[in-house]
Amino acid sequence: MKEKSSLPLRVVKGFAMFWWDFLVGDTPELFLAVLLTIGVVAVLKAQGHFNTAAQVALPALAVAALALSLWRASGCQRRK
Amino acid sequence: MLAITLSPGTVVLVGAVFLACSVEMVEALTIVLAVGHTRGWRSALEGVAVALVALCALVAAFGPALAHVPLSVLRLIVGAVLLIFGLQWLRKAILRSSGLKSKHDEDQIYRDKVEELRALNAPVSRDRVAFVVAFKGVFLEGLEVVVIVLTLGASAHRVALAALVAAVALVVVGIAGVVVARQLSKVPENAMKMSVGVLLVTYGTFWTGEGLKVHWAGDDAMLVFFVVFYAVVTWFLVWLLRRRHPLDHEVTT
Repeated sequence: MKEKSSLPLRVVKGFAMFWWDFLVGDTPELFLAVLLTIGVVAVLKAQGHFNTAAQVALPALAVAALALSLWRASGCQRRK
Repeated sequence: MLAITLSPGTVVLVGAVFLACSVEMVEALTIVLAVGHTRGWRSALEGVAVALVALCALVAAFGPALAHVPLSVLRLIVGAVLLIFGLQWLRKAILRSSGLKSKHDEDQIYRDKVEELRALNAPVSRDRVAFVVAFKGVFLEGLEVVVIVLTLGASAHRVALAALVAAVALVVVGIAGVVVARQLSKVPENAMKMSVGVLLVTYGTFWTGEGLKVHWAGDDAMLVFFVVFYAVVTWFLVWLLRRRHPLDHEVTT
């Protein structure tokens, strides 16, 4: 029989599961795309002269992430 | 005293918190109404009350703590969380609007929940099932509200205003729930979800940039630009998906 875990462990597990479902859930591509976006904008800002590029890159990459995720979802829908 | 100045940032903050809270509360209310009508109101309302106390305790515990995190770090983390969360909401709302995903039918959810609860043992005076189901419904939907209130409020140094707006949304949805009773499907939930998605992505973009020390042209006014920009993009994506999948649209809407 499976041993029941202790209350603190269950609370920690529940907390971790909440954030996993909240941030990753069934759209890991959006999670990864946002991390990538932050990385790209951070690199652009680190160059010093690319504030305008960073201003454009942030919303553009967010829209690209959304479009990619929708394309993935509509592809899955078609295969069903 | 809570001083409210009507800057573009404040308007977007109030709109985002109010709509997000309303959507989540409609979902929670569907569960509470199903529990109350099926198993009795006493235990259902006790479950709601305990869940609300637990949620208020979370805001009271984490709200002041967030004030001690350096602002640029806070805004970067909050911006990233809001960007992910907002894109998820927007994606779901676009798929529903374009017919690729069935719409959230509160009437159907209500009927399913009533069936499920009726299949259980007959209710007793203090009903554990009613308490637990009502508590879980309110607490889990409310957790998302807490995250939105704390993240949006803390980053704008407006936790009190965000909490006040959430409380107003609670009262408004509560009254509406009592008035419309079982007609929650009449609430334009997908349109509200889409609007919240646009607002969350707007704030997510703005604060991620602020956290990374991007200097936005026009400062706070950029929020208004982003709202319009993401609304247009959303409209375009819905239009595009409807054109590409006309059959799916006919089948599922």
